Amino acid sequence: MPTFFEKKQLVTPGELLAEGDYLAGDNTYAEGNKIYASRIGLVDSDNKKINIVALRAFYVPKVGDIVIGTVVEIGFNGWTIDIKAPYEALLRASDVLSRPFKPQNDELSQVLNIGDLIVAKIASYDRAHDPQLTVGEPGLGKITRGQITKVTPTKIPRVIGRKGSMISMIKQETGCQIILGLNGVILVTGKNPEDEELAMMAIQKIEEESHTSGLTDRITHLLKEEKAKREESKNE
Amino acid sequence: MNEKPEKLIDKKGSRLDGRKADELRPVKIEVGVLSNADGSAYIEQGKNKILAAVFGPREMHPKHLALPDRMVLRCRYHMAPFSVQERKSPAPSRREVELSKVIREALEPSLFVDLYPRTGVDVFVEVLQADGGTRCASITAASLAIADAGIPMRDLVVACAAGKVDGTVVLDLMDTEDKAGVADVPVAFMPNLNAVTLLQMDGILTPEEFENAVNMAMEGCKKIYALQKEVLKTKYMSIKEEVEE
Repeated sequence: MPTFFEKKQLVTPGELLAEGDYLAGDNTYAEGNKIYASRIGLVDSDNKKINIVALRAFYVPKVGDIVIGTVVEIGFNGWTIDIKAPYEALLRASDVLSRPFKPQNDELSQVLNIGDLIVAKIASYDRAHDPQLTVGEPGLGKITRGQITKVTPTKIPRVIGRKGSMISMIKQETGCQIILGLNGVILVTGKNPEDEELAMMAIQKIEEESHTSGLTDRITHLLKEEKAKREESKNE
Repeated sequence: MNEKPEKLIDKKGSRLDGRKADELRPVKIEVGVLSNADGSAYIEQGKNKILAAVFGPREMHPKHLALPDRMVLRCRYHMAPFSVQERKSPAPSRREVELSKVIREALEPSLFVDLYPRTGVDVFVEVLQADGGTRCASITAASLAIADAGIPMRDLVVACAAGKVDGTVVLDLMDTEDKAGVADVPVAFMPNLNAVTLLQMDGILTPEEFENAVNMAMEGCKKIYALQKEVLKTKYMSIKEEVEE
């Protein structure tokens, strides 16, 4: 039962990864007793399961995920939200109003208009139905302030870091609140635009260098350096 | 340029551009060349210059074209008006419509279409300069663009043509050879799975010659496949190296 890769090796779609008694994990597929890669990424095996950390992928909705989306359409009893996935998401008016929705009393565009950004949770989704969103939990709803930055959705775990080390470090260094949409959209809210830009710069740096080691230390260093620089120019 | 040369292969066995019978034209490939597309690739094969862009998977528009159980792949092969010597009308010709279909059918087996039902993937192939064998180069580039878009696939698809010129079976025909030659056999396949996704023949060949041509085209495909893989890897490796410096 041989495997044909080294740990963290870069593979392309179609590459034979293993033969024999193995399981196809993320971004791989099985054909007979052979395991092949289905995306560009770095291979890793977890016991008998072979996974690929994809370097290029898009967001696929999953129930329970927190996402950030844009209102693109107002319907009769809800909104259509673009969540940067292959499917458009639906948000029902009764969910936002937390009371029965009556078309004669409520004007939907007064609540959420086209172009508005929202933080929402995926309430339901399967093969046959488009994802449904909910905002009925604390921390969810319309975004009123802050800035948005985008990363490849597969890199969100890297932005979080091991046990949240990366994200808590950025929050601490910049004093910003950061909400990570699992669809790759990130909301940064700080006391002033400069802090927000600093956090956004750090996040973009992570996106670029996501597959290298020692990243948290490098980003900490970068943030401290950048802060010192700004402090200096302020004093002049 | 438009006249048929007297001999396509000289006494020493070298072709009009100095290639041997089983030699490819120089191939240059790049991936991720367009920032607005989800995935893209650019290929130069001899004088061919082709750009491929991929969007999706995304909601199908118009919506009635979406299928409830599978993803829809749409392809548009288009030649720029300046891609050939005589200006080509930008409107899709009969040939372009056919090639769009052929390219779509060559690429579709490489995708897991049942993974994302009700969605669509759009592939746009733009031929900037044509010199024979554009359908093959288009398939090679489009497949890379799909991989670059992060769409899961069984294998990269590679394509290459072989044909018969002056009584000899040769690899990777260019425009003059294609027009003046006897036959042209484009082949597309997935090397790791050893599955052919496109096989056409234009002209007349004996069964032996046909077999010979298919085998030669597949050998050519394997050479281009190695290049495809290398290009994809260097693109993602280069980011890694930049950081380590």
